[in-house]
Amino acid sequence: MTRGYSIFSLARHALRPSEPWPEAWAKPEPRPSYDAIIIGGGGHGLATAYYLAKNHGMRNVAVLEKSYIGSGNVGRNTTLIRSNYMIGGNTAFFEFSLKLWEGLSHELNFNAMVSHRGQVVLAVSPGQVDQFARRGNIMRLNGIDAELLDRGEVMKMLPYLDYSKEARWPIWGAIHQPRAGTVRHDAVAWGYARAASQLGVHIIENCEVTDILRDGDKVIGVETSRGKILADKVGIAVAGHSSQVAAMAGLRLPVESHILQAFVSEPIKPIVHHVISWGAELFYLSQSDKGGLVFGGHIDGFNTYTQRGQFARVQTVMECVSSLMPFTQRLKLLRHWGGIQDMTPDGSPFICRTPIRHLYLNGGWCYQGFKATPASGYTFAHTIANDREHELNSCFSLDRFKRGGELDEHGLGNWTYKQ
Amino acid sequence: MRIPCPHCGERDWSEFRYGGDASKKRPAHGSGDLDAWHDHVFLFDNPKGPHTEYWQHVLGCRQWFKLKRDTAINQILGEA
Repeated sequence: MTRGYSIFSLARHALRPSEPWPEAWAKPEPRPSYDAIIIGGGGHGLATAYYLAKNHGMRNVAVLEKSYIGSGNVGRNTTLIRSNYMIGGNTAFFEFSLKLWEGLSHELNFNAMVSHRGQVVLAVSPGQVDQFARRGNIMRLNGIDAELLDRGEVMKMLPYLDYSKEARWPIWGAIHQPRAGTVRHDAVAWGYARAASQLGVHIIENCEVTDILRDGDKVIGVETSRGKILADKVGIAVAGHSSQVAAMAGLRLPVESHILQAFVSEPIKPIVHHVISWGAELFYLSQSDKGGLVFGGHIDGFNTYTQRGQFARVQTVMECVSSLMPFTQRLKLLRHWGGIQDMTPDGSPFICRTPIRHLYLNGGWCYQGFKATPASGYTFAHTIANDREHELNSCFSLDRFKRGGELDEHGLGNWTYKQ
Repeated sequence: MRIPCPHCGERDWSEFRYGGDASKKRPAHGSGDLDAWHDHVFLFDNPKGPHTEYWQHVLGCRQWFKLKRDTAINQILGEA
């Protein structure tokens, strides 16, 4: 259990295949009470538990997961990491997250396969080039890497795109963040779970929280499918079902749940060496190590919990990939799935205290939760341990709409289904 | 998903635009109660189950109407 992974342990197990690898994390029975409980064993919940134990010395902590570790959105996303944000609080937060990704495999002693392959966002009009120049300037002023590419530079870097005269959306240039990239998402869940477990955190799977217990204005624990568990502090990190869990404590959230679809093609030889996004439509694509093209588009546009997407959105995304890369037109889809996003009115998340004492919320991630995993856990752990927000997440409060503190990165206004 | 437009009949979802929760009560016109306005504009019940909502038939008759739908399975429960 406590042994680290290394070249020597790999060699030992290779030479003695009959000796099974020990379980990556322990499967303890829940204790009657904990110092802190995190509801939700996804990436954010596990990272929070890990940083509670590591940074704040809180080891009497449990993560309660309704299903199994890796079953939620941490295993359903398109695995991209980047920090090309330009609004006050977002810029520093997502850059901090990218810095945590950089050392994560060593920190967790688990290969998260962090790949800084770079992200290229393609501009399809001169106006968009100007807008990207502004974004790049803001990023560079904040110490984040960004470079503006003209059409010729994009042609050298991504020669397989459609540069013909017939292209519906001609490519005028791009903005490139070299440190952006991809991470193996399952390994993030497993790595944080294993590292947290080694620090004494209880990871309790198949344990659904059915009620949040209160004593006056204070939280005292949770009722679960495996019995009552008391806790001094309770954190919610359940993504698409944030509204349901918060309602157990009598809270209404600025959150609507929407579906985002994602796609993987059949595997092909390595051709796409970067993450590519597109200015003509919300669209992003990368190639996995197994060779499949991994891509996705925008949310379907109405609230749902079905995890099954609508066909019109599938068609739009296929039109994106085939018009940008005509060689993909005869590729088959290998897999296609949907995940439930907790969409907020300004497209930014919540990592904060709630009106109920000792109840904390981590949610409203829209479709940008994966890249935020390390910083989200880091700052949420700080918020829970100190009963006070870290400077990096003080902007992600639940009452920001009352105070005029919206973080509307896309400049779209108060529409959960347009963010 | 297929949506029954009260004017045009049943059409594919892609002809429509979602317009949000229709069960919310708008504060009285001219009300200065900022908390009530905040709750009206920014908070959602976001139920996993029956939900009353606005839709507009943007690629058809352009009529706005209320619909009842089960958000857990996308079953249309009729006009609201």
